[in-house]
Amino acid sequence: MAGFLLRRLVNYAVLIAVATSLAYLLAATALDPRSNYEGRNPRPPAAVIDARLGRFNLDDRRPLIERYLVWAGGVLRGDFGRTWNGDEVTARLGRRLGVTLRLIVLGVVLGSVAGVAVGACAGVRQYGWFDRLSTVAAFTVLAIPTVVLANMLIIGAIWLNDRLGAQMFLVSGEATPGLEGGAGAGLLDRIKHLALPTFSLAVGQAAVYSRYQRNMMLDVLEADFVRTAVAKGLRRRAALVRHALRTALIPAVTYFAFTFGALLVGATITESVFGWHGMGEELVAAIRTNDVNTVAAISCLAAVAVLLASLAADLLHAALDPRVRVG
Amino acid sequence: MTTTLPEEAGAPPIRPSSRTRVVARRFFRCTQGRLGFALLSGMFLFAFAGPLVCPWSATDLDFSAFMAPPSPHHWFGTLQTGADVFAVTARGAQKSLIVGLLVAVLSTAMAAVAGSFAGYFLGWTDRTLMWVADLLLVLPAFLILAVMSPLFTGGRWLLFVVMLAVFLWMVTSKIVRGMTRTIKEREYIKAARFMGVPSHVIIFRHVIPNLASLLVVDATLNVSAAILTETSLSYFGFGVQPPDVSLGGLLADGAKTALYAPWTFWFAAGGLIVTILSVNLVGDSLRDALDPAAARRSP
Repeated sequence: MAGFLLRRLVNYAVLIAVATSLAYLLAATALDPRSNYEGRNPRPPAAVIDARLGRFNLDDRRPLIERYLVWAGGVLRGDFGRTWNGDEVTARLGRRLGVTLRLIVLGVVLGSVAGVAVGACAGVRQYGWFDRLSTVAAFTVLAIPTVVLANMLIIGAIWLNDRLGAQMFLVSGEATPGLEGGAGAGLLDRIKHLALPTFSLAVGQAAVYSRYQRNMMLDVLEADFVRTAVAKGLRRRAALVRHALRTALIPAVTYFAFTFGALLVGATITESVFGWHGMGEELVAAIRTNDVNTVAAISCLAAVAVLLASLAADLLHAALDPRVRVG
Repeated sequence: MTTTLPEEAGAPPIRPSSRTRVVARRFFRCTQGRLGFALLSGMFLFAFAGPLVCPWSATDLDFSAFMAPPSPHHWFGTLQTGADVFAVTARGAQKSLIVGLLVAVLSTAMAAVAGSFAGYFLGWTDRTLMWVADLLLVLPAFLILAVMSPLFTGGRWLLFVVMLAVFLWMVTSKIVRGMTRTIKEREYIKAARFMGVPSHVIIFRHVIPNLASLLVVDATLNVSAAILTETSLSYFGFGVQPPDVSLGGLLADGAKTALYAPWTFWFAAGGLIVTILSVNLVGDSLRDALDPAAARRSP
């Protein structure tokens, strides 16, 4: 068992190293930090540009392999280098990660709980009115891309605010800067900011979960262990919740782990549309400003997130399914 | 695809139904399949026949109407530049549909080849191919495609299609690999092997055709996945590059003016929603039509 775990962790480490290196090499070849300085007005002298780029290990006149080795040495010491204008990448990304976490945690949790509940109810009464309604709703939601949904929400919120004559929903940023009032007002302000992005994340997630959960429930409802549970005298509700739902949760849990990992770097659209300065927005900004080191650091984080998610999915699977633990 | 199913052939023994015909009949029997097919045909009609009936072309600018609302003159209104929204949306829908279809076919083909080779040969082939799949799963697709976006300029959107497909085949290839491992043990594969048929011929002639139902469904659902990825990349200007336009790029521009000129946003958004909805409906009905046992459980 220990050998298996060790082999797996080593494989993960190799995957992360290769993925991050590939991303760095691609970014260093394709992006051009020099253009950031050359586009300035007045244009700095070439020697100044060279010196600055050289200091941040971004000088495209040095051979790629040399830059790569300097960068890799830094990463091994836990230093992801500097952005093109000298900020520390690690500290910057740390702040951004906090913003993203505050944005996605609520949305992902609400979406999964709602989706599992809807899917389970729909599965228990197959072809009932609720089943049909939720199927139509899920298909509709799955057809609406995040870009469209987020913009629709903003349009709706602004219309509603106009109608009510009050700022019911706030559509940009994480909090109102320089807000007067105590902690209560601050909290309310944050909730007003959080409501729409959370909804836009949660509703799409809920649609996916409800489809998975419904099909899993249908599979499990006829399983022998549920019949046994009812036969030994459990009420139908208890048998469904404690035995059927628990086993049927496994795909949902796997999906949860992977979505969470993917959204850490992948909530690009939600963050950009709602003006949250998180990882996804940073990714787009880094590419637009030719920021090689930030791009490489974000890929590293994305790789780590995906592999941690797959590890978490396996652990949760074992926690839910006794067969995995024994076998 | 031409094997006959005796139990489906019905009473007249003269002409047994082909499998394609049976699947098509099952597909069109359900409302979902009919609706999806109708919506998708409508979308294709709009994208490819629309420009023929529209008096404006996508590159025309009407300097007498900036940001004009829909009217008999401009059916869907005009943009800030004076471009006709109907013509531009049709052109964007063309590109989105073509990109979606090409990516789906390409990525499913890659998944079929990689998965079946890995599952058939096992050993080092398997380990290498699956390691590459893992690596691509770990790499953030959005970031890599966005970094590469300068390469897609100047009409080189086919390269974009290839790169999009490269990041979409991995999960299916793992399913294909698993199914190949079981198919490999069947008698007809063993018979072919003992007759001396080369391995790659066995894979292309016997293994992959036997996975056709899975692959057809996967290709359909990949269309919507590809269109969604393309949309979010194009929204940030990283996808299909000018002079080509796609629905994602139109959405990005339209979202800025949606509040006071709704027609700049809603027609592109609607086109996208209808496309994805119809592709999902078709994929779902196709799965049920190809595998009636699953259909009884999930409508």
